[in-house]
Amino acid sequence: MKKIIKYIILDILRNKIVMAYTVFLLIISLSIFNLEDSSGKGLLSLLNIVLIIVPLVSIVFSTIYIYNSAEFIELLVSQPVKRKTLWLSLFTGLAGSLSFAFFIGAGIPVLLFEFSATGITMIVTGILLSIIFVAIALLASVKTRDKAKGIGVAILLWLYFSIIFDGLVLFILFQFSDYPVEKFMIGVSALNPIDLARVLIILKMDVSVMLGYTGAVFQDFFGNQWGIIISGIILTAWAVFPLMLSLRRFNRKDL
Amino acid sequence: MIIATNVSKSFGKLKVLDNISATCNRSQCIALIGPNGSGKTTFIKCLLGMVVPDSGFITFNDKNIIHDWQYRANIGYMPQIGRYPDNMTIAQVLDMMKDIRKSKDQQLDEDLINEFNLNMLMNKRMSTLSGGTRQKVSASLAFLFNPDVLILDEPTAGLDPVAAEILKEKITAEKKKGKLILITSHILSDLEDMITEIIYMQEGGLRFHKSFEELRADTGEQKLSRAIARVMQKN
Repeated sequence: MKKIIKYIILDILRNKIVMAYTVFLLIISLSIFNLEDSSGKGLLSLLNIVLIIVPLVSIVFSTIYIYNSAEFIELLVSQPVKRKTLWLSLFTGLAGSLSFAFFIGAGIPVLLFEFSATGITMIVTGILLSIIFVAIALLASVKTRDKAKGIGVAILLWLYFSIIFDGLVLFILFQFSDYPVEKFMIGVSALNPIDLARVLIILKMDVSVMLGYTGAVFQDFFGNQWGIIISGIILTAWAVFPLMLSLRRFNRKDL
Repeated sequence: MIIATNVSKSFGKLKVLDNISATCNRSQCIALIGPNGSGKTTFIKCLLGMVVPDSGFITFNDKNIIHDWQYRANIGYMPQIGRYPDNMTIAQVLDMMKDIRKSKDQQLDEDLINEFNLNMLMNKRMSTLSGGTRQKVSASLAFLFNPDVLILDEPTAGLDPVAAEILKEKITAEKKKGKLILITSHILSDLEDMITEIIYMQEGGLRFHKSFEELRADTGEQKLSRAIARVMQKN
Protein backbone atom coordinates (compact mmCIF):
# COMPACT_ATOMS: atom_id res chain seq x y z
CA MET A 1 0.00 0.00 0.00
CA LYS A 2 2.82 2.40 0.86
CA LYS A 3 4.33 1.99 -2.59
CA ILE A 4 1.08 2.83 -4.35
CA ILE A 5 0.50 5.86 -2.12
CA LYS A 6 4.01 7.00 -2.98
CA TYR A 7 3.27 6.93 -6.71
CA ILE A 8 -0.05 8.71 -6.26
CA ILE A 9 1.44 11.49 -4.16
CA LEU A 10 4.33 11.91 -6.62
CA ASP A 11 1.79 12.20 -9.39
CA ILE A 12 -0.31 14.77 -7.50
CA LEU A 13 2.80 16.83 -6.80
CA ARG A 14 3.77 16.72 -10.45
CA ASN A 15 0.58 18.46 -11.52
CA LYS A 16 0.87 21.83 -9.92
CA ILE A 17 -2.75 22.42 -8.88
CA VAL A 18 -2.24 21.41 -5.26
CA MET A 19 0.83 23.61 -5.11
CA ALA A 20 -1.17 26.56 -6.49
CA TYR A 21 -3.96 25.83 -3.99
CA THR A 22 -1.48 25.97 -1.13
CA VAL A 23 -0.02 29.28 -2.28
CA PHE A 24 -3.51 30.69 -2.80
CA LEU A 25 -4.60 29.74 0.72
CA LEU A 26 -1.36 31.14 2.11
CA ILE A 27 -1.85 34.50 0.39
CA ILE A 28 -5.48 34.75 1.51
CA SER A 29 -4.85 33.85 5.12
CA LEU A 30 -1.80 36.08 5.46
CA SER A 31 -3.57 39.05 3.92
CA ILE A 32 -6.67 38.56 6.07
CA PHE A 33 -4.66 38.41 9.27
CA ASN A 34 -2.76 41.52 8.25
CA LEU A 35 -5.90 43.45 7.28
CA GLU A 36 -7.99 42.82 10.38
CA ASP A 37 -6.95 44.62 13.54
CA SER A 38 -7.63 41.71 15.89
CA SER A 39 -6.61 38.19 15.04
CA GLY A 40 -9.88 36.83 16.41
CA LYS A 41 -11.77 38.77 13.77
CA GLY A 42 -9.27 37.62 11.20
CA LEU A 43 -9.97 34.02 12.11
CA LEU A 44 -13.68 34.60 11.61
CA SER A 45 -13.18 36.11 8.15
CA LEU A 46 -10.81 33.33 7.23
CA LEU A 47 -13.39 30.80 8.40
CA ASN A 48 -15.96 32.07 5.94
CA ILE A 49 -13.53 31.82 3.04
CA VAL A 50 -12.24 28.42 4.11
CA LEU A 51 -15.74 27.00 4.33
CA ILE A 52 -16.32 27.87 0.66
CA ILE A 53 -12.94 27.15 -0.88
CA VAL A 54 -11.77 23.99 0.88
CA PRO A 55 -14.82 21.87 -0.06
CA LEU A 56 -14.86 23.22 -3.62
CA VAL A 57 -11.20 22.53 -4.35
CA SER A 58 -11.24 19.17 -2.58
CA ILE A 59 -14.29 17.79 -4.36
CA VAL A 60 -13.54 19.11 -7.85
CA PHE A 61 -9.84 18.28 -7.84
CA SER A 62 -10.41 14.78 -6.45
CA THR A 63 -13.18 13.95 -8.90
CA ILE A 64 -11.12 15.06 -11.89
CA TYR A 65 -8.07 13.30 -10.53
CA ILE A 66 -9.92 9.99 -10.19
CA TYR A 67 -11.22 10.23 -13.74
CA ASN A 68 -7.77 11.08 -15.04
CA SER A 69 -6.26 8.11 -13.21
CA ALA A 70 -8.53 5.71 -15.06
CA GLU A 71 -5.49 4.34 -16.89
CA PHE A 72 -3.49 3.99 -13.71
CA ILE A 73 -6.39 2.20 -12.00
CA GLU A 74 -6.90 -0.10 -14.97
CA LEU A 75 -3.22 -0.93 -15.09
CA LEU A 76 -2.99 -1.77 -11.41
CA VAL A 77 -6.23 -3.75 -11.22
CA SER A 78 -4.78 -6.33 -13.61
CA GLN A 79 -1.74 -6.67 -11.34
CA PRO A 80 -1.48 -8.53 -8.04
CA VAL A 81 -2.87 -5.60 -6.10
CA LYS A 82 -5.95 -5.75 -3.94
CA ARG A 83 -8.70 -3.45 -5.13
CA LYS A 84 -9.25 -2.27 -1.60
CA THR A 85 -5.58 -1.35 -1.29
CA LEU A 86 -5.69 0.56 -4.55
CA TRP A 87 -8.81 2.52 -3.65
CA LEU A 88 -7.69 3.33 -0.13
CA SER A 89 -4.32 4.41 -1.49
CA LEU A 90 -6.03 6.79 -3.89
CA PHE A 91 -8.05 8.14 -0.98
CA THR A 92 -5.02 8.47 1.27
CA GLY A 93 -2.97 10.14 -1.44
CA LEU A 94 -5.66 12.69 -2.23
CA ALA A 95 -6.80 13.33 1.33
CA GLY A 96 -3.21 13.47 2.54
CA SER A 97 -1.99 15.95 -0.03
CA LEU A 98 -5.06 18.21 0.19
CA SER A 99 -4.96 18.20 4.00
CA PHE A 100 -1.26 18.94 3.90
CA ALA A 101 -1.90 21.79 1.48
CA PHE A 102 -4.52 23.17 3.83
CA PHE A 103 -2.21 22.84 6.79
CA ILE A 104 0.60 24.72 5.06
CA GLY A 105 -1.66 27.30 3.41
CA ALA A 106 -4.08 28.12 6.21
CA GLY A 107 -2.86 26.18 9.24
CA ILE A 108 0.55 27.78 9.61
CA PRO A 109 -0.71 31.39 9.38
CA VAL A 110 -3.41 30.55 11.93
CA LEU A 111 -0.81 29.09 14.26
CA LEU A 112 1.36 32.18 13.82
CA PHE A 113 -1.33 34.78 14.41
CA GLU A 114 -3.89 33.04 16.59
CA PHE A 115 -2.32 30.20 18.49
CA SER A 116 -5.29 29.19 20.62
CA ALA A 117 -7.75 26.35 21.09
CA THR A 118 -10.06 28.05 18.59
CA GLY A 119 -7.29 28.30 16.02
CA ILE A 120 -6.43 24.64 16.41
CA THR A 121 -10.11 23.66 16.17
CA MET A 122 -10.26 25.57 12.94
CA ILE A 123 -7.23 23.75 11.51
CA VAL A 124 -8.59 20.36 12.52
CA THR A 125 -11.99 21.14 11.03
CA GLY A 126 -10.44 22.36 7.80
CA ILE A 127 -8.48 19.13 7.48
CA LEU A 128 -11.63 17.12 8.29
CA LEU A 129 -13.53 19.03 5.60
CA SER A 130 -10.79 18.27 3.06
CA ILE A 131 -11.01 14.56 3.90
CA ILE A 132 -14.84 14.54 3.82
CA PHE A 133 -15.00 16.11 0.39
CA VAL A 134 -12.35 13.78 -0.99
CA ALA A 135 -14.51 10.88 0.23
CA ILE A 136 -17.63 12.39 -1.36
CA ALA A 137 -15.70 12.94 -4.60
CA LEU A 138 -14.63 9.29 -4.61
CA LEU A 139 -18.24 8.24 -4.22
CA ALA A 140 -19.41 10.57 -6.99
CA SER A 141 -16.74 9.41 -9.41
CA VAL A 142 -17.18 5.70 -8.75
CA LYS A 143 -20.93 5.93 -9.27
CA THR A 144 -20.86 7.68 -12.63
CA ARG A 145 -18.92 6.33 -15.57
CA ASP A 146 -19.14 9.49 -17.63
CA LYS A 147 -16.50 12.05 -16.80
CA ALA A 148 -18.49 15.19 -17.59
CA LYS A 149 -21.46 13.88 -15.66
CA GLY A 150 -19.29 12.95 -12.69
CA ILE A 151 -17.68 16.37 -12.49
CA GLY A 152 -21.11 17.96 -12.86
CA VAL A 153 -22.42 15.89 -9.97
CA ALA A 154 -19.43 16.90 -7.86
CA ILE A 155 -20.04 20.60 -8.52
CA LEU A 156 -23.76 20.25 -7.84
CA LEU A 157 -23.01 18.50 -4.55
CA TRP A 158 -20.74 21.34 -3.55
CA LEU A 159 -23.40 23.86 -4.54
CA TYR A 160 -25.96 21.97 -2.50
CA PHE A 161 -23.81 21.77 0.60
CA SER A 162 -22.61 25.36 0.57
CA ILE A 163 -25.58 27.32 -0.80
CA ILE A 164 -28.78 25.40 -1.50
CA PHE A 165 -28.85 23.70 1.88
CA ASP A 166 -29.08 27.00 3.78
CA GLY A 167 -31.98 28.02 1.59
CA LEU A 168 -33.75 24.74 2.32
CA VAL A 169 -33.24 25.17 6.05
CA LEU A 170 -34.73 28.67 5.94
CA PHE A 171 -37.59 27.42 3.82
CA ILE A 172 -38.48 24.64 6.24
CA LEU A 173 -38.12 27.03 9.13
CA PHE A 174 -40.56 29.59 7.72
CA GLN A 175 -43.03 27.02 6.56
CA PHE A 176 -43.16 25.29 9.92
CA SER A 177 -42.55 28.26 12.19
CA ASP A 178 -45.74 27.50 14.12
CA TYR A 179 -44.53 24.09 15.11
CA PRO A 180 -41.74 23.04 17.47
CA VAL A 181 -39.21 21.93 14.85
CA GLU A 182 -36.03 22.40 16.91
CA LYS A 183 -35.30 18.73 17.44
CA PHE A 184 -36.07 18.00 13.85
CA MET A 185 -33.69 20.75 12.78
CA ILE A 186 -30.86 19.12 14.70
CA GLY A 187 -31.32 16.06 12.55
CA VAL A 188 -31.41 18.24 9.45
CA SER A 189 -28.24 20.09 10.34
CA ALA A 190 -26.39 16.79 10.57
CA LEU A 191 -27.02 16.43 6.84
CA ASN A 192 -24.51 19.08 5.90
CA PRO A 193 -20.82 18.77 6.81
CA ILE A 194 -20.03 22.37 5.89
CA ASP A 195 -22.72 23.68 8.21
CA LEU A 196 -21.55 21.35 10.95
CA ALA A 197 -17.97 22.52 10.56
CA ARG A 198 -19.11 26.11 10.86
CA VAL A 199 -21.17 25.32 13.95
CA LEU A 200 -18.28 23.46 15.51
CA ILE A 201 -15.81 26.32 15.13
CA ILE A 202 -18.27 29.03 16.14
CA LEU A 203 -19.31 27.12 19.24
CA LYS A 204 -15.63 27.03 20.12
CA MET A 205 -15.27 30.75 19.41
CA ASP A 206 -18.33 31.57 21.49
CA VAL A 207 -19.66 34.30 19.19
CA SER A 208 -23.33 33.41 19.26
CA VAL A 209 -24.29 36.15 16.77
CA MET A 210 -22.62 34.14 14.05
CA LEU A 211 -24.18 30.85 14.99
CA GLY A 212 -27.04 30.84 12.50
CA TYR A 213 -30.20 28.90 13.07
CA THR A 214 -28.83 25.36 13.11
CA GLY A 215 -25.96 26.50 15.31
CA ALA A 216 -28.29 28.13 17.80
CA VAL A 217 -30.38 24.99 17.99
CA PHE A 218 -27.25 22.96 18.49
CA GLN A 219 -26.02 25.17 21.30
CA ASP A 220 -29.41 25.25 22.88
CA PHE A 221 -29.80 21.50 22.80
CA PHE A 222 -26.34 20.23 23.58
CA GLY A 223 -24.59 23.15 25.20
CA ASN A 224 -21.13 24.17 23.95
CA GLN A 225 -19.10 21.17 25.05
CA TRP A 226 -21.45 18.46 23.88
CA GLY A 227 -22.28 20.40 20.75
CA ILE A 228 -18.63 20.35 19.75
CA ILE A 229 -18.21 16.65 20.51
CA ILE A 230 -21.39 15.59 18.72
CA SER A 231 -20.68 17.67 15.64
CA GLY A 232 -17.13 16.29 15.60
CA ILE A 233 -18.47 12.73 15.63
CA ILE A 234 -20.96 13.41 12.86
CA LEU A 235 -18.22 15.02 10.78
CA THR A 236 -16.07 11.92 11.13
CA ALA A 237 -19.02 9.81 10.03
CA TRP A 238 -19.31 12.05 6.98
CA ALA A 239 -15.79 11.05 6.00
CA VAL A 240 -16.14 7.35 6.77
CA PHE A 241 -19.52 6.55 5.19
CA PRO A 242 -18.97 7.89 1.67
CA LEU A 243 -15.55 6.23 1.65
CA MET A 244 -16.99 2.85 2.70
CA LEU A 245 -19.80 3.12 0.16
CA SER A 246 -17.41 4.01 -2.63
CA LEU A 247 -15.09 1.17 -1.65
CA ARG A 248 -17.94 -1.32 -1.80
CA ARG A 249 -18.95 -0.01 -5.17
CA PHE A 250 -15.38 -0.06 -6.49
CA ASN A 251 -14.88 -3.66 -5.40
CA ARG A 252 -17.67 -4.74 -7.74
CA LYS A 253 -16.94 -2.30 -10.53
CA ASP A 254 -16.20 -3.52 -14.06
CA LEU A 255 -13.14 -1.90 -15.55
CA MET B 1 -5.07 -24.51 -13.83
CA ILE B 2 -7.86 -22.06 -14.69
CA ILE B 3 -11.38 -23.43 -14.52
CA ALA B 4 -14.36 -21.28 -15.39
CA THR B 5 -17.75 -22.65 -14.41
CA ASN B 6 -21.02 -21.28 -15.82
CA VAL B 7 -19.75 -17.72 -16.03
CA SER B 8 -22.39 -15.22 -17.12
CA LYS B 9 -22.20 -11.47 -17.45
CA SER B 10 -24.57 -8.83 -18.75
CA PHE B 11 -23.96 -5.15 -19.39
CA GLY B 12 -27.43 -3.77 -18.96
CA LYS B 13 -29.69 -5.74 -21.28
CA LEU B 14 -26.85 -7.03 -23.39
CA LYS B 15 -25.77 -10.52 -22.44
CA VAL B 16 -22.04 -10.53 -23.05
CA LEU B 17 -21.15 -13.90 -21.56
CA ASP B 18 -23.66 -16.69 -21.47
CA ASN B 19 -22.90 -19.63 -19.23
CA ILE B 20 -19.29 -20.12 -20.22
CA SER B 21 -17.41 -23.10 -18.83
CA ALA B 22 -13.85 -23.83 -19.80
CA THR B 23 -10.81 -25.57 -18.43
CA CYS B 24 -7.30 -24.42 -19.21
CA ASN B 25 -4.28 -26.45 -18.21
CA ARG B 26 -0.54 -26.03 -17.98
CA SER B 27 1.48 -26.08 -21.20
CA GLN B 28 -1.52 -25.50 -23.36
CA CYS B 29 -1.62 -22.69 -25.84
CA ILE B 30 -5.23 -21.76 -26.32
CA ALA B 31 -6.61 -19.54 -29.05
CA LEU B 32 -9.78 -17.64 -28.23
CA ILE B 33 -11.47 -17.06 -31.55
CA GLY B 34 -14.74 -15.44 -32.43
CA PRO B 35 -16.29 -12.52 -34.28
CA ASN B 36 -16.11 -8.97 -32.92
CA GLY B 37 -18.25 -8.52 -29.86
CA SER B 38 -18.43 -12.21 -29.07
CA GLY B 39 -17.21 -11.65 -25.51
CA LYS B 40 -13.57 -12.69 -25.79
CA THR B 41 -12.14 -9.65 -24.06
CA THR B 42 -14.85 -9.70 -21.39
CA PHE B 43 -14.04 -13.34 -20.68
CA ILE B 44 -10.35 -12.49 -20.35
CA LYS B 45 -11.19 -9.59 -18.05
CA CYS B 46 -13.26 -11.97 -15.93
CA LEU B 47 -10.24 -14.23 -15.58
CA LEU B 48 -8.24 -11.24 -14.37
CA GLY B 49 -10.92 -10.07 -11.97
CA MET B 50 -11.30 -6.78 -13.85
CA VAL B 51 -14.90 -7.65 -14.65
CA VAL B 52 -16.94 -9.34 -11.94
CA PRO B 53 -19.24 -12.06 -13.34
CA ASP B 54 -22.95 -11.89 -12.50
CA SER B 55 -23.04 -15.61 -11.81
CA GLY B 56 -20.72 -18.57 -11.99
CA PHE B 57 -17.19 -18.72 -10.66
CA ILE B 58 -13.62 -19.02 -11.78
CA THR B 59 -10.89 -20.89 -9.98
CA PHE B 60 -7.17 -20.48 -10.39
CA ASN B 61 -5.12 -23.39 -9.06
CA ASP B 62 -8.27 -24.60 -7.26
CA LYS B 63 -8.83 -21.31 -5.49
CA ASN B 64 -11.82 -19.14 -6.24
CA ILE B 65 -10.59 -15.81 -7.57
CA ILE B 66 -13.48 -13.72 -6.33
CA HIS B 67 -11.87 -12.65 -3.08
CA ASP B 68 -8.33 -13.46 -4.06
CA TRP B 69 -5.85 -11.11 -5.63
CA GLN B 70 -2.52 -12.82 -5.16
CA TYR B 71 -3.17 -15.21 -8.02
CA ARG B 72 -2.57 -12.34 -10.41
CA ALA B 73 1.12 -12.55 -9.52
CA ASN B 74 1.12 -15.65 -11.74
CA ILE B 75 -0.46 -13.93 -14.70
CA GLY B 76 1.06 -11.71 -17.34
CA TYR B 77 -1.60 -9.73 -19.14
CA MET B 78 -1.27 -7.84 -22.35
CA PRO B 79 -4.40 -5.77 -22.96
CA GLN B 80 -5.92 -5.14 -26.35
CA ILE B 81 -5.47 -1.40 -25.95
CA GLY B 82 -2.75 -0.65 -23.44
CA ARG B 83 -3.65 2.41 -21.44
CA TYR B 84 -0.97 3.95 -19.28
CA PRO B 85 -0.72 7.11 -17.18
CA ASP B 86 0.00 9.80 -19.75
CA ASN B 87 2.59 11.77 -17.87
CA MET B 88 4.85 8.85 -16.98
CA THR B 89 7.79 7.79 -19.10
CA ILE B 90 8.35 4.19 -20.18
CA ALA B 91 11.12 3.86 -17.61
CA GLN B 92 8.86 5.14 -14.84
CA VAL B 93 6.08 2.74 -15.77
CA LEU B 94 8.50 -0.20 -15.83
CA ASP B 95 10.08 0.84 -12.54
CA MET B 96 6.68 1.27 -10.92
CA MET B 97 5.58 -2.18 -12.01
CA LYS B 98 8.81 -3.72 -10.79
CA ASP B 99 8.49 -1.88 -7.51
CA ILE B 100 4.90 -3.02 -6.97
CA ARG B 101 5.17 -6.53 -8.26
CA LYS B 102 8.68 -7.87 -7.87
CA SER B 103 9.43 -10.30 -5.09
CA LYS B 104 13.01 -10.73 -3.95
CA ASP B 105 13.95 -14.04 -5.50
CA GLN B 106 12.23 -13.36 -8.79
CA GLN B 107 14.14 -13.34 -12.03
CA LEU B 108 13.11 -10.61 -14.42
CA ASP B 109 12.72 -11.48 -18.06
CA GLU B 110 13.86 -8.42 -19.99
CA ASP B 111 14.31 -10.18 -23.34
CA LEU B 112 11.48 -8.32 -25.02
CA ILE B 113 12.60 -4.92 -23.75
CA ASN B 114 15.99 -5.54 -25.33
CA GLU B 115 14.71 -7.06 -28.54
CA PHE B 116 12.18 -4.30 -29.11
CA ASN B 117 14.93 -1.74 -28.48
CA LEU B 118 12.81 -0.03 -25.86
CA ASN B 119 15.97 1.07 -24.06
CA MET B 120 16.35 3.84 -26.63
CA LEU B 121 12.88 5.21 -25.82
CA MET B 122 12.97 4.89 -22.04
CA ASN B 123 12.58 8.63 -21.40
CA LYS B 124 9.62 9.18 -23.69
CA ARG B 125 6.30 9.93 -22.08
CA MET B 126 3.54 7.40 -22.60
CA SER B 127 1.28 10.00 -24.21
CA THR B 128 3.79 10.58 -27.02
CA LEU B 129 4.11 6.92 -27.96
CA SER B 130 2.68 5.45 -31.14
CA GLY B 131 0.16 2.64 -30.94
CA GLY B 132 2.78 0.07 -31.91
CA THR B 133 5.27 1.21 -29.29
CA ARG B 134 2.54 1.05 -26.67
CA GLN B 135 1.89 -2.54 -27.72
CA LYS B 136 5.60 -3.24 -27.31
CA VAL B 137 5.52 -1.83 -23.78
CA SER B 138 2.42 -3.90 -22.97
CA ALA B 139 4.07 -7.05 -24.29
CA SER B 140 7.28 -6.39 -22.37
CA LEU B 141 5.30 -5.87 -19.18
CA ALA B 142 3.33 -9.08 -19.68
CA PHE B 143 6.50 -11.16 -19.98
CA LEU B 144 8.62 -9.20 -17.51
CA PHE B 145 7.82 -11.16 -14.35
CA ASN B 146 8.10 -14.66 -15.75
CA PRO B 147 4.46 -15.54 -15.02
CA ASP B 148 3.07 -19.08 -15.30
CA VAL B 149 0.12 -17.90 -17.31
CA LEU B 150 0.18 -15.44 -20.19
CA ILE B 151 -3.01 -13.81 -21.34
CA LEU B 152 -2.53 -11.93 -24.57
CA ASP B 153 -5.40 -9.95 -26.06
CA GLU B 154 -4.67 -9.33 -29.74
CA PRO B 155 -0.92 -9.26 -29.20
CA THR B 156 0.18 -8.69 -32.78
CA ALA B 157 -2.39 -6.04 -33.73
CA GLY B 158 -0.55 -2.83 -34.52
CA LEU B 159 2.92 -4.32 -34.40
CA ASP B 160 5.21 -4.09 -37.41
CA PRO B 161 6.17 -7.43 -39.03
CA VAL B 162 9.58 -7.54 -37.36
CA ALA B 163 8.17 -6.89 -33.90
CA ALA B 164 5.31 -9.32 -34.47
CA GLU B 165 7.84 -11.99 -35.41
CA ILE B 166 9.90 -11.31 -32.28
CA LEU B 167 6.78 -11.58 -30.15
CA LYS B 168 5.67 -14.81 -31.79
CA GLU B 169 9.07 -16.36 -31.21
CA LYS B 170 8.91 -15.28 -27.58
CA ILE B 171 5.46 -16.83 -27.17
CA THR B 172 6.66 -20.10 -28.68
CA ALA B 173 9.68 -20.12 -26.40
CA GLU B 174 7.51 -19.57 -23.33
CA LYS B 175 5.12 -22.28 -24.43
CA LYS B 176 8.01 -24.73 -24.52
CA LYS B 177 8.70 -23.89 -20.88
CA GLY B 178 5.32 -25.36 -20.02
CA LYS B 179 3.37 -22.17 -19.47
CA LEU B 180 -0.31 -21.74 -20.13
CA ILE B 181 -0.90 -19.23 -22.89
CA LEU B 182 -4.26 -17.72 -23.85
CA ILE B 183 -4.35 -15.70 -27.04
CA THR B 184 -7.09 -13.90 -28.86
CA SER B 185 -6.40 -12.77 -32.38
CA HIS B 186 -8.10 -12.21 -35.67
CA ILE B 187 -4.94 -12.88 -37.61
CA LEU B 188 -5.32 -16.64 -37.71
CA SER B 189 -2.12 -17.23 -39.65
CA ASP B 190 -0.24 -15.81 -36.66
CA LEU B 191 -1.76 -18.44 -34.41
CA GLU B 192 -1.27 -21.34 -36.79
CA ASP B 193 2.06 -22.67 -35.54
CA MET B 194 1.77 -22.09 -31.85
CA ILE B 195 -1.65 -23.10 -30.63
CA THR B 196 -2.73 -26.47 -29.31
CA GLU B 197 -6.35 -25.76 -28.42
CA ILE B 198 -9.13 -23.62 -29.78
CA ILE B 199 -12.04 -22.03 -27.98
CA TYR B 200 -14.59 -20.65 -30.37
CA MET B 201 -17.01 -18.05 -29.04
CA GLN B 202 -20.04 -16.49 -30.63
CA GLU B 203 -22.60 -14.07 -29.24
CA GLY B 204 -21.35 -14.59 -25.73
CA GLY B 205 -21.65 -18.35 -25.85
CA LEU B 206 -18.87 -20.89 -26.05
CA ARG B 207 -19.48 -22.84 -29.26
CA PHE B 208 -16.73 -25.40 -28.89
CA HIS B 209 -13.47 -26.12 -27.14
CA LYS B 210 -11.33 -28.57 -29.06
CA SER B 211 -7.74 -29.36 -29.63
CA PHE B 212 -6.34 -28.21 -32.95
CA GLU B 213 -5.96 -31.83 -34.07
CA GLU B 214 -9.61 -32.53 -33.41
CA LEU B 215 -10.68 -29.45 -35.31
CA ARG B 216 -8.55 -30.49 -38.25
CA ALA B 217 -10.08 -33.94 -38.21
CA ASP B 218 -13.64 -32.64 -37.85
CA THR B 219 -13.46 -30.13 -40.64
CA GLY B 220 -11.03 -31.96 -42.89
CA GLU B 221 -8.97 -28.79 -43.28
CA GLN B 222 -5.29 -28.48 -42.46
CA LYS B 223 -5.05 -24.71 -42.14
CA LEU B 224 -6.59 -22.95 -39.15
CA SER B 225 -8.10 -20.16 -41.23
CA ARG B 226 -9.83 -22.62 -43.53
CA ALA B 227 -11.06 -24.71 -40.61
CA ILE B 228 -12.51 -21.70 -38.82
CA ALA B 229 -14.13 -20.49 -42.04
CA ARG B 230 -15.82 -23.88 -42.29
CA VAL B 231 -17.12 -23.58 -38.74
CA MET B 232 -18.41 -20.06 -39.32
CA GLN B 233 -20.21 -21.11 -42.49
CA LYS B 234 -21.91 -23.97 -40.74
CA ASN B 235 -23.35 -21.61 -38.13
